[in-house]
Amino acid sequence: MNGDGSLEWLRREGRIVVVGASLAGLRAAETLREKGFAGSLTLIGDEPHAPYDRPPLSKQVLLGMTTADRTALPRRRDVDATWRLGVPATGLDMAARRVRLADGDEVPYDRLLIATGVRARPWPHEREAELDGVFVLRTRDDCAALARRLAEGPKRVFVIGAGFTGSEIASACRERGLPVTVAERGASPLVGALGGVVGAVAADLQQEHGVDLRCGVMVTALEGDATGRVRAAHLSDGATVETDVVVVSLGATRNTEWLAGSGLGAGPRGIACDAGCRAFDIRGIVTDDIYVAGDVARSPHPLFGYQFLSLEHWGNAVCQAEIAAHNMLSASADRLPHMWVPAFWSSQFGVNIKSVGVPSMGTEIVVSQGSLDSHRFVGVYGYQGRVIGAVSFDHARWLPFYQELIETTAPFPPPFHMVDRRPDGHRPLDADFPDPSVPTHGPTVTLSGYSPADRRMRFTPAR
Amino acid sequence: MTQSLLHQILDYANRADPYPLYEELRKTPVHHDEGGPYVIGTYYEIRSLLHDPRISSDASNLASTAGDPLAESSQGDSALPPSFLRLDPPEHDRLRRMTNRPFGPPHSPHRVDGMRPELHEIVTGLIDGIGDTDRIDLVEAVSYPFPVTVICRLLGVPREDEARFHSWADTIAASLDPDPDADPAERGKVAHDARMQLGMYLAGLIEERRKNPGDDMLSELATAKGPDGAMTTMELLSTAALLLIAGHETTVNLVTNGMLTLLRHPDVLRRLRAEPRLAVPLVEELLRYEPPVQLVPQRTTLADIEVHGVTIPKGASLWLVLASGNRDPKRFENPDRFDPDRRDNQHLGLGSGIHSCFGAPLARLEAQTALAELARRLENPRLLEDPPPYRQNAVLRGPRHLPIACDGIRP
Ligand SMILES: Cc1cc2nc3c(=O)[nH]c(=O)nc-3n(C[C@H](O)[C@H](O)[C@H](O)COP(=O)(O)OP(=O)(O)OC[C@H]3O[C@@H](n4cnc5c(N)ncnc54)[C@H](O)[C@@H]3O)c2cc1C
Repeated sequence: MNGDGSLEWLRREGRIVVVGASLAGLRAAETLREKGFAGSLTLIGDEPHAPYDRPPLSKQVLLGMTTADRTALPRRRDVDATWRLGVPATGLDMAARRVRLADGDEVPYDRLLIATGVRARPWPHEREAELDGVFVLRTRDDCAALARRLAEGPKRVFVIGAGFTGSEIASACRERGLPVTVAERGASPLVGALGGVVGAVAADLQQEHGVDLRCGVMVTALEGDATGRVRAAHLSDGATVETDVVVVSLGATRNTEWLAGSGLGAGPRGIACDAGCRAFDIRGIVTDDIYVAGDVARSPHPLFGYQFLSLEHWGNAVCQAEIAAHNMLSASADRLPHMWVPAFWSSQFGVNIKSVGVPSMGTEIVVSQGSLDSHRFVGVYGYQGRVIGAVSFDHARWLPFYQELIETTAPFPPPFHMVDRRPDGHRPLDADFPDPSVPTHGPTVTLSGYSPADRRMRFTPAR
Repeated sequence: MTQSLLHQILDYANRADPYPLYEELRKTPVHHDEGGPYVIGTYYEIRSLLHDPRISSDASNLASTAGDPLAESSQGDSALPPSFLRLDPPEHDRLRRMTNRPFGPPHSPHRVDGMRPELHEIVTGLIDGIGDTDRIDLVEAVSYPFPVTVICRLLGVPREDEARFHSWADTIAASLDPDPDADPAERGKVAHDARMQLGMYLAGLIEERRKNPGDDMLSELATAKGPDGAMTTMELLSTAALLLIAGHETTVNLVTNGMLTLLRHPDVLRRLRAEPRLAVPLVEELLRYEPPVQLVPQRTTLADIEVHGVTIPKGASLWLVLASGNRDPKRFENPDRFDPDRRDNQHLGLGSGIHSCFGAPLARLEAQTALAELARRLENPRLLEDPPPYRQNAVLRGPRHLPIACDGIRP
C-alpha cells in the first residue's frame, strides 16, 4: 500500500505511539485527534503523572502560590489514548517498528513520535549528589521535594548555576525571605543565553534582591555531615559557604540513551530531524515513520542559516508537536515545515524576561528601547549585519515588532527612531558571550552545527 | 462630488452600519487623502503597528495637525497634562505601572475579581428598578448607570456627585469626536472648561483621600509609595480623569452593543439564558464584532515607515481602525458573522501593545455580568427600533438609546 490509500488507512485504523508523555507528547496527541486520526494511540511516559506543566515548577510552586501536583496541563480535547505511565521506553526496533518497554512489553507502531525531552544534569560527584538536601529541578517530584524543604525554612539555599532555572529558584527563595547564595562559573547570570551585557543587568537584579552572588567560581565539592545531610559547599576561590539546601542547576541532558543502537540519529545533542520533524537515521537518511518534537529534537531552521537548533522552549514544544502530528497524517506535498521563531520567557526578581530569535547567535547588541540601568529595556542582537534576536526586560509588548525584524532579516543595528530609544541606544556593543569552548550552565538554545543543505532561502513568515 | 471614504466613515448618517465602509477601506492597505491622516483598516497591519516602536502616542510628535479632523481635540491646550494614554515610554510605562498597582496583578490580583458580588448586586438592582416593560431605554436603565456606579465605587467617588461629572465626562468624550459640523474653537473651549472643572473636582477629592484614605483606588493612588515613588498631583489628576472617563464611555457601549446584537440573534440570546457561562466567549466575540472603540486616531510616526509598499512619512497622523481589522477576512473566517463559539478570537477590540485597554479585566466582567443577567431576567425581549438612534461619536460608537420591550421581568 502506498500514497493516499495508505494514508487513509493510517488515519482510520493505524497505530500511533508517542514516547514521552509530557507537553509535546500531549499536544501532539490532541492534534492527531483533532485532525481526524481515528486509529489507536498510545502514550508512553516514564513519569507516573499525567502530563503537567514545568514552567510553574520554578516559579509559582516554589513561591508557595500553588503546589506541584496542581500543575496538570489543561486538556484541549479528549485524546482517547492508552496511557502507559510510569514505564520507560528502553529500546526501538526500527525494522520491526516496535518500541520496547522496561516492563518487557513491546508496542508496535505505524508512526512513532519521540518527545522524551531532557532531564536535569545531576551533580557529577555521585556521593555528594546523594547527600540529603541536594536537589535538582526538572520534574514534579523534584519540585515537590524541594518545595517541602524550602517550607521548612532552611538556613541558606545554595544554587549552583545561574541559568534561567537557577536564577528563578534564587528569585523565588528571596521572595520567601530565604538567604540564597548563587555560584556561577561564567561572568554573570544568564550569560550563556543572553551574553554579558544583559548578564550584568541580571547580576544587578540578583544583588539588589539580596542574593549572595558569586560569579567566576566553580563549586569544587559539597560536604555532608555525619548524618548524611549537606552542610557546606566549597568553591574554587577557596571560600566555603555553609548551607543546608543545594539546588544543582547545571542545565540538561537529552533523553536519548534508550535509542542507542537503534540506528536512529540520536545522541547527546538530541535527535536530528528535518524541518518537517521527521527523524534522521544514523546514515543521515530521513525516516518516514519516526517523528521528533520538543526539547529532545534538533532541527534546521532557514532563518538561522539552517543551523540545527535544539530549543528548550515551551512554545517550541507545542508548535513542533502540532507540526509533527500534522505531518504524520499528511501526504508529502501537504506537510508543513516547523519554522517557529524561537521565543522564550522567564520571570525572576519581579522582572518579566522574554526573548525572540536566537540571542546567543548574536555578536553585538544595541539597547534599542529603555535603558540597562532602569532594568527595563529591549536589547537587539546583531549577527553579520542583521537582526538575529532580541530580549526584553519588562518591555515584552514590543517583541512582535522585533520578531518581524528577525523574520525579514532586517539590518543591524536598526536605523530608525523609536519610542524610548535613548541616545546611547544607537551604539552597538559587543554582546559578550562566553567562549563557546567553555561550558556554561544550561543554555536554552543549543546551536549544534550546520546541515549539509546550507543554502540561502527567502523566509516568508506564515500568515 | 462624492465624499471621501474617511468623511463617510465619520458621517453620522453611516453610524448605524459603518461595516460596508470598512470593507471598502480594507481594499487599500494604507488609505490616505491629501492632507488627511493615514488610515489603516487591515488586521495584520494594525496589529503590527500597535507593536511598532516607531509609532508614538504623544501628540507633540505630530508634524502638523492641518487637515486632521481630530486635531482640535488633542490635549495640547488642556487643563490637565496628558494621561498615560497619550504618552510614550518611559513616562507611559511609569504611570501605567503605578496605576496598575492598586488595580491588578501582581500587587492587587483580587481587585477586579473581588468586585464580582458587587457587580452582580448593582445589575440586579438596576434590573429590579426597570418598571414599565412596554418601553425600556436600556441605555438609561442599565448600560449607562451600571459602569458609572462601578467606576465610582472603584475610584471612591461619592455616588451623589455622579451627575456633576457625568456632564463633564460627556463633554470630554464628545470632544474626541470629529463632528464636521461643530465649530472647532467652540468645541475646544467647551472641552477645556469641562476638563478644568473635572480637574478641580478631582483635586478636592484627592486632597480628602490623602487625609482619610479608604480602600478605594483613588486613596491608594494618592497615598502610594511603591518603587516608582508617588505620582505628582497633576499626574494623579489626569490619571483619575482618564479612568473616570474611560470607565464611563466604553463599557456603556459594550453592554448596549451587546444587547442590540443579542436581540438581533435571538438564538444566541436563548443560549445565553440557558448557559450563563457562554457570556465569556460571547463578550470576546462582541469585542470583535461591535467594539466600543472603533478606531484609534491618536498615533503618529517617529520615522518614515513602510506599510505594504506605502511610505508613511515621519510625523504623519495615523488612524488605526480596530473595528475594521476585526472584520478582516484575512484573519477571521466569516468575519461578518456573530459567532460566540469562534476559536482563536484574537480581536483588536481592546487594542494591543503597550496601550492595550487598561480596564479590560473590569470591562469584560461588567459586560459578562450585565448581559448574562439581562438574558436571564428579561422575558421575551424585543427591539423597538432597529437600528436604534446612535451617538454622534464615531470613535466611541454605540447607541444613544436602545428602546426595547419585554413581557416582564423574571425574579
Ligand atoms: C523548572 C522549569 C522551568 C521552565 N520554565 C520555562 C519558561 O519559563 N519558559 C519556557 O519557554 N520554557 C520553560 N521551561 C522549558 C519547558 O518546560 C520545556 O521546553 C518543555 O517542558 C518541553 O517539553 P517536552 O515535552 O519536549 O519535554 P519534557 O517536558 O521534558 O517531557 C519529556 C517527557 O518524556 C519523559 N521521558 C524521557 N525519557 C523517556 C523514556 N525513555 N520513556 C518514556 N518517557 C520518557 C520524561 O520523563 C518527560 O516526562 C522550563 C522547564 C523547567 C524544568
